[in-house]
Amino acid sequence: MVDTAAGATETTLLRWIPFLPLAAAAVHGVLLGLVRRPLPRRGTIFLSCGAVLASFLISLFAFAGLLGPEGPRVRVDNLYTWIGAGKFSAEASFLLDPISAVMILVVTFVGFLIHVYSIGYMDDDHRDDTGFQRFFCYLNLFTFSMLMLVLGDNLLVMFLGWEGVGLCSYLLIGFWYSDRWNAYCGMKAFVVNRIGDFGFLVGIFVLFWALADVGKPTVAFREIAAAFPQIADRVVTLPAWLGGAEWKFATLVGLCFFLGACGKSAQIPLYVWLPDAMAGPTPVSALIHAATMVTAGVYMVCRLSFLYAAAPGASAVIAWTGAITALFAATIAITQTDIKKILAYSTVSQLGYMFLAAGCGGYAAALFHLATHAFFKALLFLGAGAVILAMHHEQDTDRMGGLARAIPRTRWPFLIGVIAICGLPPFAGFFSKDEILLTAFAAQSVPGNTWLYGIGVVTAVLTSLYMFRLYFRTFHGATRLAPENFRRVHEPSETVRYPLYVLAAFSLLAGFAGFPQVYGDWLGIPDSNSLAHFLAPVLAGGLHDPGLSHGEELRLALLALGAATAGLLMAWWLYLRSPELPGRILQSFHAIWRLLHEKYFVDEIYDTLFVGPMVWISDRVLFRSIDAGLIDGVAVNGTARGVQALAARGLKYAHSGLTQSYLFLMILGTVAIVGWLLR
Amino acid sequence: MLVPLEQVIALSAVIFGIGVIGAVTRRNLIVILMSIELMLNAVNLALVGFSRAWANPGGQVFVLMVITVAAAEVAVGLGIVISLFRNRDSVDVEEVSLLKW
Repeated sequence: MVDTAAGATETTLLRWIPFLPLAAAAVHGVLLGLVRRPLPRRGTIFLSCGAVLASFLISLFAFAGLLGPEGPRVRVDNLYTWIGAGKFSAEASFLLDPISAVMILVVTFVGFLIHVYSIGYMDDDHRDDTGFQRFFCYLNLFTFSMLMLVLGDNLLVMFLGWEGVGLCSYLLIGFWYSDRWNAYCGMKAFVVNRIGDFGFLVGIFVLFWALADVGKPTVAFREIAAAFPQIADRVVTLPAWLGGAEWKFATLVGLCFFLGACGKSAQIPLYVWLPDAMAGPTPVSALIHAATMVTAGVYMVCRLSFLYAAAPGASAVIAWTGAITALFAATIAITQTDIKKILAYSTVSQLGYMFLAAGCGGYAAALFHLATHAFFKALLFLGAGAVILAMHHEQDTDRMGGLARAIPRTRWPFLIGVIAICGLPPFAGFFSKDEILLTAFAAQSVPGNTWLYGIGVVTAVLTSLYMFRLYFRTFHGATRLAPENFRRVHEPSETVRYPLYVLAAFSLLAGFAGFPQVYGDWLGIPDSNSLAHFLAPVLAGGLHDPGLSHGEELRLALLALGAATAGLLMAWWLYLRSPELPGRILQSFHAIWRLLHEKYFVDEIYDTLFVGPMVWISDRVLFRSIDAGLIDGVAVNGTARGVQALAARGLKYAHSGLTQSYLFLMILGTVAIVGWLLR
Repeated sequence: MLVPLEQVIALSAVIFGIGVIGAVTRRNLIVILMSIELMLNAVNLALVGFSRAWANPGGQVFVLMVITVAAAEVAVGLGIVISLFRNRDSVDVEEVSLLKW
């Protein structure tokens, strides 16, 4: 290890974290694509799970190396200069600092557990070894891309990973591609993500352009952070056709990046792909669409915290988008009956919480919730997958109920996940959600922060309501299954269950990584919020003390606890105590129920406003008029027909077959050319 | 006695012209081939003339080259004429105008 000038320590360890899963994916790819002979399942499992496990162990080792007291907590692994042009150079290099350390631990650990889970889950998928290996190939490729995304030392490497996870998401949503609906859902996810990626790209360009303007053409995060104060307060005048408004540069570029985050992390208005992404196999929903990929947007905002700290306008937009998304998705989740759809809207809602925190300046709180959410949401999805396996691929909670007797070993971890997401102490969600609400309550810089706090609390009530609704309707009450079907419900295999237990343990304990100082003071623990202290050096605003008294903090915590309990009691009353009540409520508020059940008709609105006209333009104008009509019709076939007609009517008679006439014409031509040359 | 370059060029041009006219106007393939030979030799003559005028042996090297090619060309050409005559009992170019529209 060598210290570089920038205060970072060089290490060659980091590259192995993403490259081991890549190597496994490459071996799978070669065997499937070139050799065309799949490995036996045992070999596939050994290779894929082994690579991710090794990657996790290296991550753990690298993380341990970061914990030492000496020096700045930054490690860099520089592979080579990827792009070098004049003063500009983009390195292919990896950066390990507290933010990426937290992320790689979450990604590799949850990723490994989900790989193990997939062994049992996909084994149930009665297909040949090719499909089994293809699944693990994509899963490894995803792990690689996600690690590239979080370890990237500059925007370009991050963007590479960003696109990679998008591609893998597409491949895995449409994994059972023979069903057209799955393929459609994959495409929808990909296309919606591209809209976000466009914002991300524009953000990179605009940022780079401004940095080059002050003589610092760079894309590396630490160099951007150093140079950003020079350009943050510039005023950018938009072109006249965009309204000609004057914007603060930091706000403009911040909003561009946030559009990317909206796409990847499923925020309004680009959240529509995530519920449909549930078409993929359940381990995929757990890994990609709950624990890791969808948090990439939150990670990006935290990674660029220096930028958002200088852009109060963009931060306010983030906070409000997050809060509204959280409430919006939670209201939809209440009325859904598909077990995975409920969890998908819950994910959208929880991501909204993270953005609420990040927008209010609580980057550590956002990352804390990101990590705890990764554990309990992965747990919930894997639990849902176990239920689906137990039910022989039935996902509708309308056809469940009373499963606690049949599958107790799945029920208990699932219950832990439910309690964790609802935020009952001492489960992980309590601490992380409480910190977010606290941050929102104290964020004076964000306009309307009291409202944000209110939305957060209401969402907490709703979260508790829909999660316990899901839990009660699945595991308790009278079963809605036919008795002969109920007897066929079976506990899934060990490889499916053990990851649940591990994740349940972490859902229970992970909250103590961010143990609030209020309780720490009681118990006499200094710096009890170890995660915030760990992250503080690399986040804008450092430790971000909300500046509330202990009494206030406790009152807020009690209020959040009250909110969670209220939701729990409502769910208990409605779905266990008097199960006929929801039906009556449904009848009296049918219009509202329908609005929520049909997801506010957002898909239909988008279809009418954007997809329909786009398809019409693509089909009628671009395809039929321009492509088929102009290019194929006029340019290609028209030229051919014109030449053909010309030749058939006159030109062919020049071809007389008389050698001497050719010779004569040739001589005439030669004479003409020579004459012209000698003129 | 040295022949001036102008006269060499003039003679060459005249022979070339005769060759062109012969090739374009005559119907008999043998005569056309002979006319082509005339054109080639006119060129040879010009090359030799220039070669001497500029004191550059390159021209004469080219002439040897042209003679070789002309010999080959005549061999192939006469071969075609013979096989044509065997097939169609005629060496008239008007008769062999099958490759037309």
